Amino acid sequence: MFIDRFAALEQDAGNRQESGLSRRTFLRASAAAGGGLLLSINLPFAASEAMAAESEDFAPNAFIRIGRDGRVTFIMSQVEMGQGTYTSMSMLIAEELAIGLDQIDVAAAPADDKLYGNPLIGFQATGGSTSVRGFFIPLREAGAVARSMLVAAAAKRWQVDPANCKAEKGAVIDSDGKRRLSYGELADDAAKQPMPGKVALKPANEFTLIGTPAPRIDSPEKVNGTARYGIDTRLPGLKVATVSACPVFGGKLKSVDDSKALAVKGVRQIVRLDNAVAVVADHMGAAKKGLAALTITWDEGPNAHLTTEDIVAAMATASSKDGVAGEKKGDVAAALKTAAKRVEAVYQLPLLAHTAMEPLNCTVHVQPDRCDIWLGTQVTSRAGAAAAKVTGLPLDKVSVHNHLLGGGFGRRLEVDSVIQAVEIARQVKAPVKIIWTREEDIQHDIFRPYYYDVLTAGLDEAGMPVSFHHRTVGASIVARWLPPAFKNGLDFDAVEAGAGPYDFPNMLVDWVRHELPEGLITGWWRGVGVTHNVFMVEGFIDELAAAAGKDPVAYRGALLGKSPRAKAVLDLAAEKAQWGKPLPKGSGRGVSVLFGFGSYLAQVAEVSVDGDGQPHVRRVVCAVDCGMVVNPDTVKAQVEGGIIYGLTAALYGDITIKNGRVEQSNFDNYQALRINEAPIIEVYIVKSNEKPGGMGEPGTSGIQPAVANAIFAATGKRLRKMPIDSAQLKTG
Amino acid sequence: MSYAVNINGVVHSVDVDGDIPLLWVLRDVIGMTGTKFGCGAGLCGACTVHIDGAPTRSCITSIDSIGSKKIMTIEAIGDTPAGRKIQKAWIDREVVQCGYCQSGQIMSAAALLAANPHPTDSDIDDAMSGNICRCGTYVRIRAAIKDAAGVNEIHGQRG
Ligand code: FES
Ligand code: FES
Repeated sequence: MFIDRFAALEQDAGNRQESGLSRRTFLRASAAAGGGLLLSINLPFAASEAMAAESEDFAPNAFIRIGRDGRVTFIMSQVEMGQGTYTSMSMLIAEELAIGLDQIDVAAAPADDKLYGNPLIGFQATGGSTSVRGFFIPLREAGAVARSMLVAAAAKRWQVDPANCKAEKGAVIDSDGKRRLSYGELADDAAKQPMPGKVALKPANEFTLIGTPAPRIDSPEKVNGTARYGIDTRLPGLKVATVSACPVFGGKLKSVDDSKALAVKGVRQIVRLDNAVAVVADHMGAAKKGLAALTITWDEGPNAHLTTEDIVAAMATASSKDGVAGEKKGDVAAALKTAAKRVEAVYQLPLLAHTAMEPLNCTVHVQPDRCDIWLGTQVTSRAGAAAAKVTGLPLDKVSVHNHLLGGGFGRRLEVDSVIQAVEIARQVKAPVKIIWTREEDIQHDIFRPYYYDVLTAGLDEAGMPVSFHHRTVGASIVARWLPPAFKNGLDFDAVEAGAGPYDFPNMLVDWVRHELPEGLITGWWRGVGVTHNVFMVEGFIDELAAAAGKDPVAYRGALLGKSPRAKAVLDLAAEKAQWGKPLPKGSGRGVSVLFGFGSYLAQVAEVSVDGDGQPHVRRVVCAVDCGMVVNPDTVKAQVEGGIIYGLTAALYGDITIKNGRVEQSNFDNYQALRINEAPIIEVYIVKSNEKPGGMGEPGTSGIQPAVANAIFAATGKRLRKMPIDSAQLKTG
Repeated sequence: MSYAVNINGVVHSVDVDGDIPLLWVLRDVIGMTGTKFGCGAGLCGACTVHIDGAPTRSCITSIDSIGSKKIMTIEAIGDTPAGRKIQKAWIDREVVQCGYCQSGQIMSAAALLAANPHPTDSDIDDAMSGNICRCGTYVRIRAAIKDAAGVNEIHGQRG
């Protein structure tokens, strides 16, 4: 996902190891209120925020406090969506600070906490990339700076050279090992030491925490019901509302008869917006009952007859237009003319909803002089700015209280539901929690774009590609979500990984922008650009291997001469999956390999197809090289989860439009993979000292082509479109 | 109308329409937010509670259908032997990701273990397939249930 990528750029730019701290200030040290040492940190967060942070103002968004009791507390705004980010962050700090993981606490910063003596712009206006990639160096530097100041304080007290002292398990020890001062005893003095301009980070071979499996610190509260998500917000006098927006994209509210709804016990108020109606009640049960009792007339607007078929037909037409080049090498047209064989195919991916487990919700209290919002978001600053805009209040009168996220997958990078919630709350004289029903959540999602791609390759006599052209047709998320990054008419995300990790003598990846009808908005979806391109490229490469009469693994391997890390994961996955070992009839293995989000991943899926055409994914073997690993167990968990997410899409994911509305509504007709369908998943991590890569998305990206290729191996049928259409596979 | 409901051993009196689902009584009226809303239609299991020990989707259980039956929620499941074992196994296996579905998963798993101390894979499928996890923690859920039941298996794999 883009955010990951930006975090990686940030990290490159800030590759400050041994070279003095930061091109712009990211760290400050001071005495903590109440005693001890306080480090204020400005971490590189989500794209828009990071761009804003180019300004000179220092706006910390995380803090490390070392108290007089020796406890280390890491304080930051909530960004935990489930990837174990808190744990990984604590590991980075603890590693350099020379403490155990049991000596560091993580605290979420309350929105109006005065303890840390800053206007809290950071907390109120900072979004979170949940990737460890952007934090890998800065947090270690922060830990190292704190350690060096503690060591300096001890050296001063003992009147010795700090170079002869060392830090260990939360204490500083002098050279002969006799004198020892705990961090608690040193914290006040440390705050008076000058902050070092340069710190040495531990070399990887001295790591004691990084790279070891560490227990997740957010688990206990999540197994006993005490974890608080946005939807769990409780406030005195809180009302609960649910909403229905015009089911037709771009439509408006014409009229509503609310007499029956107002008669429902517990219903307090009906709120009308331009394009939606909300029922405010004492509890969600009454709000839902009230909503069902409304008679609403919509002005359906220009999309009233829109269907998926219309959308696809327009994209097919658009695919013959000239595209904007993303990646280019040599001359594909000329090379194609000389090719011994030409292969061409159209690949398609549907619109998808996110269905994060926690339906969208936002609690808002609008008062004359301030606005408070409570939710779980990946973009706190955008949420705050949206609330300020709707209410007309200045930004500093808006407080965003961020919570745990019950899944994000890209959906919580958007603030459409926040804008709507504030518009509703403005009309309510109490704090109100707006909860979308699952139906609303699915039908008014910001969807993964539909993609219509044309791939053309020319093969030489030996069956190897001499030219590779991938034309992708789709909407631009970057242009809408982050306009400054949309340059020269190119959405870089749309073409990312468009030629896979392969080395082709001539290749072209180009993009034709095709926006959907107004009101049908598309957005991020667990690594949207790479995820889409990997399906297309890995399916097509498999076709080329088949056209050449070659083994899919060997064929790929031959094209990976310039990408040894990709080749290594491919070979490892193949070996662990026993590639080549015969399977029963009706079963097959399929492979995919990718580079994306800074990580390399290969997957081998083993699939059997029954007589009804139903595919059963039995086993998935993954090999991953995601650079230096902070917490190997969370890497595994992310790959497992990513695979399940991608399998859900492969088997069931299909948002279709008829009469301008989404036809799916809940988990009965927009299904999610369940435990009885979950394959065995094996994850092998390649040891690496390269820069850390993201792991939230690659699993999702690689599974769909691996399964499609396995189905080809099992049945001889090539699936160029998701979700899998079992009718095509029926043999009985 | 007023209903008296026994939740985790405490009787609460609530004044709502009889057709209001237990889920909203728990979350919004009584303020116990451990039980989650995921679909409102009996399809995802996020709202699972025990009613007289049986795993039940509270989003489709109207308050007037409960009578004097005893409700147990995630907030109290750790007080039961099966619940305690499941919670521990969940932590040991690092099952949790976003965690939002896990109240429901744990309630379903605890009911399974209480009724069937040595569940097979297909028992696990039957008991747990009503609970969706969008973070995809299924592999670990299966392993954790087996841990809690003391059924051996290779780490991370379906036995
Ligand atoms: S919320 Fe009850 S089953 Fe989904
Ligand atoms: S842990 Fe996130 S939905 Fe299950």
